[in-house]
Amino acid sequence: MSPPLLEVDDLHVWFDLPNGRKLHAVQGVSFAVDAGTRLGMVGESGCGKTTTILALMGLLPPTASVSGRVLLDGVDVLERGEETIAPHRWKDIAMVFQGAMNAFDPVKRIGDQIVEPMELHGHASGAEAASRVSGLLETVGIAPERAKSYPHELSGGMRQRAAIAMALACSPRVLLADEPTTALDVMVQAQVLELLTYLSNELGLALVFVTHDLPIVAQTCTHAAVMYAGRIVEQGPTEALYHETRHPYTRMLWAATPDLDAHEEVLSIPGVPPRLDAELHGCPFAPRCDLAASRCVSERPELRSVGNGHTSACHFSSSVGAAA
Amino acid sequence: MSPVQTGAPHAEEAPSPTRSLRWRAIAAPVLRNKSAMVAVGILAVFVFLAIFSPLIVGDDPKAKVGPVFAPPSKEWPLGTDGGGANMLDLLIAGARISLLIGFCAGAISALIGGTIGIVSGFFGGRTDTALMRLTDYFLVIPDVPLIIVIAALFGRSTWNIIVIIGIIYWTFTARLIRAQTKSVRERVYVQRARALGARNSRLILRHVLPQVTPLLIANTVLLIAYAIFAETFISFLGLGDPTAISWGRLIQNAFTDDAIINEAWWAVIPPGVCVMLVVLACTIIGQTMEDALNPRLRTGHLSVRRFRVLRPSERPTLQPQTPPSQPQPQQPS
Repeated sequence: MSPPLLEVDDLHVWFDLPNGRKLHAVQGVSFAVDAGTRLGMVGESGCGKTTTILALMGLLPPTASVSGRVLLDGVDVLERGEETIAPHRWKDIAMVFQGAMNAFDPVKRIGDQIVEPMELHGHASGAEAASRVSGLLETVGIAPERAKSYPHELSGGMRQRAAIAMALACSPRVLLADEPTTALDVMVQAQVLELLTYLSNELGLALVFVTHDLPIVAQTCTHAAVMYAGRIVEQGPTEALYHETRHPYTRMLWAATPDLDAHEEVLSIPGVPPRLDAELHGCPFAPRCDLAASRCVSERPELRSVGNGHTSACHFSSSVGAAA
Repeated sequence: MSPVQTGAPHAEEAPSPTRSLRWRAIAAPVLRNKSAMVAVGILAVFVFLAIFSPLIVGDDPKAKVGPVFAPPSKEWPLGTDGGGANMLDLLIAGARISLLIGFCAGAISALIGGTIGIVSGFFGGRTDTALMRLTDYFLVIPDVPLIIVIAALFGRSTWNIIVIIGIIYWTFTARLIRAQTKSVRERVYVQRARALGARNSRLILRHVLPQVTPLLIANTVLLIAYAIFAETFISFLGLGDPTAISWGRLIQNAFTDDAIINEAWWAVIPPGVCVMLVVLACTIIGQTMEDALNPRLRTGHLSVRRFRVLRPSERPTLQPQTPPSQPQPQQPS
């Protein structure tokens, strides 16, 4: 069996704090994506989603330390940091940044900015690059003549799609999308999600999709990973996570989602996530969990299999019911 | 536990966010950097000597206390100069004038450059064009001939030198501050304040100034270094105040008294070393601040430094949390 396209194995990220302490932002995250699969990473602010995918891109700030392996076709690209990641960046792994619609240089034409990564990575140049830009813009549903437009002449949704076109400039095999729909209204959001699904199905892109919006994951992703306090607490096929939720946090996230059909009350999760600058004993979710027992405070639950490709980090995963 | 938390970096400034001049942002990079702290130490020693020099060396450091060009000895640790005066006393007295000129001229430059930079950047258009052409004009004036001419015209006094240096070195500051002001002016919160009816004076004082002040201070420290250096060569050229003792003047005296021929290295090298130390200290402090304030150096992919990749054996262990996993009592809203 060939190795998966992208495999992350026991990834840790620490940040140096100004007071000399360290913050353990990502605490042993592992996942794998294959061509045509879409992994949705969900979790509340500060749980390490963005840090995880920035680590995959090798774009962490100098205050960060990384440990673990990022295997692309079975080869560790994280081994020597920048040196081993740089050749793959944008060529094999590309990214749509958080707020990507604002990531364009306001004084350069959209087309020229999409050409930039192609020339930088020796992918295409000159007339060939220009024709690729037309093709890419068409792929993301923008009229090719818009390549001559400046960013401020495009709407937010168009800019977001142009950012996706830019990420596709060097025909990557893995696309990381960090909250690609956050600042968009629902119509445009639906368009962008449709586009990403299409790209994954048609071009065989492996998609890692970071969001805090669980329904979006349910709608677009084949697999889902729920992160909490720097760790993945539940992971598996989206169907399994929805119908057979095996972690109280996932269940409470579902309960916190408004539902059009059911007239149940939308519940919020009490409390705040733990600080990550000290070693935690026990389950990080225990203080906020309604199933917490004394065991949860003293013993840290590991990620264990609870079904076909479905894992959960809870001592009581078998007693967690379906979405409330 | 330190009050610094990742979650709320601006919590301490919360009571008056518009008035925060971000002193922490200016001081923190210097406090974190070892060579900058050494530089602060060097500068502090010289500032102390400059302030208290009359108490340390008495009224007349130029008085003849020994033979001409006596080598360093127990009595005169740095020997004597061509007039038989104690070199160490002269150096300490010289620190006063050299630093006075450096700090005052630096302040004048920062004031002129800061004002022109902010006005030019904030109002733009014709004001900008006019002020920037004026700046270009000052930028291309050859400074040494101008200093000679002005010193000849207005006389050789310490205050004249301060003013001359002050009105020559503001051009880079003006350009730097103008660029920063232009960027700050376009930020959304400035537009918000304008939309709420804030007048230009308020926008400049409350929103633009706090944002450019750290940069201005970093630049002023560098200007002080330039000014001290300028004072040295002005005095060395014999255009300084004939009655004042400054390091440049000590070097000039050594030169005119033929210290080199007399092999009296102690009359030439110590003032030069003092100038070098102060200029170096100011440059290191200014550069450290500027590095920290330059956003390009903070972003990973633009920075020269990279994140570290740790082997599993190198993984840090954090201190355990005490008490283990305390619940945060908070009711659902």
